[in-house]
Amino acid sequence: MYFPGFSYEAFSACVLVMLWQTKHLLMFVGKITPNLTHVLGAVKKPALCSRSAFTRGLKTVTLIPGDGIGPEISVAVMKIFEAAKTPIQWEERNVTAIQGPGGKWIIPPDCKESMDRTLIGLKGPLKTPIAAGHPSMNLLLRKTFDLYANVRPCVSIEGYKTPYTDVDLVTIRENTEGEYSGIEHIIVDGVVQSIKLITEDASRRIAEYAFEYARNNQRSSVTAVHKANIMRMSDGLFLRKCREVAENFKDIKFTEMYLDTVCLNMVQDPTQFDVLVMPNLYGDILSDLCAGLIGGLGVTPSGNIGANGVAIFESVHGTAPDIAGLDLANPTALLLSAVMMLRHMGMHDYGKKIETACFDTIRDKKVLTGDLGGKSKCSEFTEEICRRVKDLD
Amino acid sequence: RDIVLLWPPPAKYGGRHTVTLIPGDGIGPELLNHVRELFRFSCVPVDFEVVNVCSSTEDDINNAITAIRRNGVALKGNIETLHTLPASHKSRNNLLRTSLDLYANVMHCKSLPGVQTRHNNIDIMIIRENTEGEYSSLEHESVTGVVECLKIITRTNSLRIAEYAFKLAREKGRKRVTAVHKANIMKLGDGLFLQCCREVAAGYPDIAFDAMIVDNTTMQLVSKPQQFDVMVMPNLYGNVVSNVCAGLVGGPGLVPGANYGHDYAVFETATRNTGKSIADRNIANPTAMLLASCMMLDHLKLYDYATMIRNAVLTTMNETRVRLNSPRRCSPHTFHN
Repeated sequence: MYFPGFSYEAFSACVLVMLWQTKHLLMFVGKITPNLTHVLGAVKKPALCSRSAFTRGLKTVTLIPGDGIGPEISVAVMKIFEAAKTPIQWEERNVTAIQGPGGKWIIPPDCKESMDRTLIGLKGPLKTPIAAGHPSMNLLLRKTFDLYANVRPCVSIEGYKTPYTDVDLVTIRENTEGEYSGIEHIIVDGVVQSIKLITEDASRRIAEYAFEYARNNQRSSVTAVHKANIMRMSDGLFLRKCREVAENFKDIKFTEMYLDTVCLNMVQDPTQFDVLVMPNLYGDILSDLCAGLIGGLGVTPSGNIGANGVAIFESVHGTAPDIAGLDLANPTALLLSAVMMLRHMGMHDYGKKIETACFDTIRDKKVLTGDLGGKSKCSEFTEEICRRVKDLD
Repeated sequence: RDIVLLWPPPAKYGGRHTVTLIPGDGIGPELLNHVRELFRFSCVPVDFEVVNVCSSTEDDINNAITAIRRNGVALKGNIETLHTLPASHKSRNNLLRTSLDLYANVMHCKSLPGVQTRHNNIDIMIIRENTEGEYSSLEHESVTGVVECLKIITRTNSLRIAEYAFKLAREKGRKRVTAVHKANIMKLGDGLFLQCCREVAAGYPDIAFDAMIVDNTTMQLVSKPQQFDVMVMPNLYGNVVSNVCAGLVGGPGLVPGANYGHDYAVFETATRNTGKSIADRNIANPTAMLLASCMMLDHLKLYDYATMIRNAVLTTMNETRVRLNSPRRCSPHTFHN
């Protein structure tokens, strides 16, 4: 059991003192047998909380810096978190594909062990070398931890002007099946078939997650995006599951809309959308469309939720090898993903503080990295955010 | 002038063409009525053979297909697909396109000066493969709770659509063709499409060719749409991209679309909306359907009539500066010229 604010160290210290006193009392009385001493001695180490992720009130998070600009932006995020005095302890791990027993490509076991223990991860961009013989690292991570939901909140950033203002929507994309099942065959020479897989369980799972997310984040409506007029059975199944789950969440409005109508309306008036839930391919396209509305992948956070409570938050931009190591990278995407992570862990205050500092810096336009239209370095941008975070205290 | 790839339609008697008209559902009937009124007013030598398709039996759509085979050209509204009906009831629009082998869907998105949008100077031609890809309607439930949907890509169709795109680009004096795909994930399917495009591009050295992944394409379209010239893509991505582009230039009521096959041509609005919620309220924007009928007149080689009607429509759009968000009565508009 865990009681917040209760210090196990203090409790165990008190128990030890009491036992020590009892032991000496009993010894003084002279009725101690070697067995009892042995038993009392064995109580010296009381059982600690089973969640070893909590040590001295700090939460441990697995950090995967990634490739290219990954290490620099990870350092930036760690600095900002330190300035905000967040109770987070980072465990850095590297992810490279290695061949496990049986020839299957797996992630390094120490990374897997760390994630299984901490349950929360923050990941920078990973490069996928073409023709490396192994699948993309992102795909491996997804398969290892069964990351079934990709959540991307898209909120317009004040100070970073785009033709679209007042965007405030969330795209929730099913991440495991659909068109990305990877099952393709050459039937005869010149005819290829790709299989799009939709299952009841996956559809129900993603629909449940979407509605729960809407409820936990005070969102008013969920829209299912589909193409059931053409793909009758597959998207029809997805839609049916969404409808069934909607029955249990009467407080949230549920609508359905065709993919083409969503695209059409999204570029004309994005304010009409709230939470969107959809299968894999549509989610890929729409989440990138929405990222484009607010300014691109350099400022968009993203989170992947898995079964068994695992959650990995990541920046979705590329590794930018051309600016790697030159202190020119923009850490906003990774920072906002880290803020999403704080909210997921319930540390809303710290999240709000860091997010406010970041948005204020961008709004002021005095210290901005190259891609945001400024001329400052990554370290200067980070320093400015750290300064604001300290001021907000 | 427009496509020279197709034979002229055969249905012409006494100097008057016969064109199949399929009203469809929702706003289709009222928009096509406007087209008919305008044609009568302008004395266009086109007679319409109306074929109604109601969504229940297969006979209606087969009659429509026969009528189009007879006349060679059609103008149609969208036929609604009620997806509450069982899966054996296929989409009528899709059936029409595949039976007549209308393999190319062409859409020209151009910013109109009188329409206020967030982006200006957009001029994109979208050529979308119209018969295969994700719209093959081949689905089965192998195990209860697991549905498989097949996406078919063939070499012949991909070569055909790429050929069409490059020929059109050359005719219209366009400089660049961009293929939109997702070959990093669907390596065999979209990989084949991309390979076919590259093969055809090799035969057109005067036109630049590049490829872009579909999610990056949508992101670029909402931030910098002016970078695109001609785009060619398989069916589903075409659906997404054409709707995004239609939204960028001002909405579904402004852009016409055409479906071309080897022997037949069918003209309609580009985004193929049924518009049930605004049907029969006299607020639908007829511009898309009117411009589609102009494209049809160009196809029938009645260029003067086409130009006259097109100018009238565009002048009305630009001079009267009607705001698209406010409900407007559409019938007075059609008699402006």
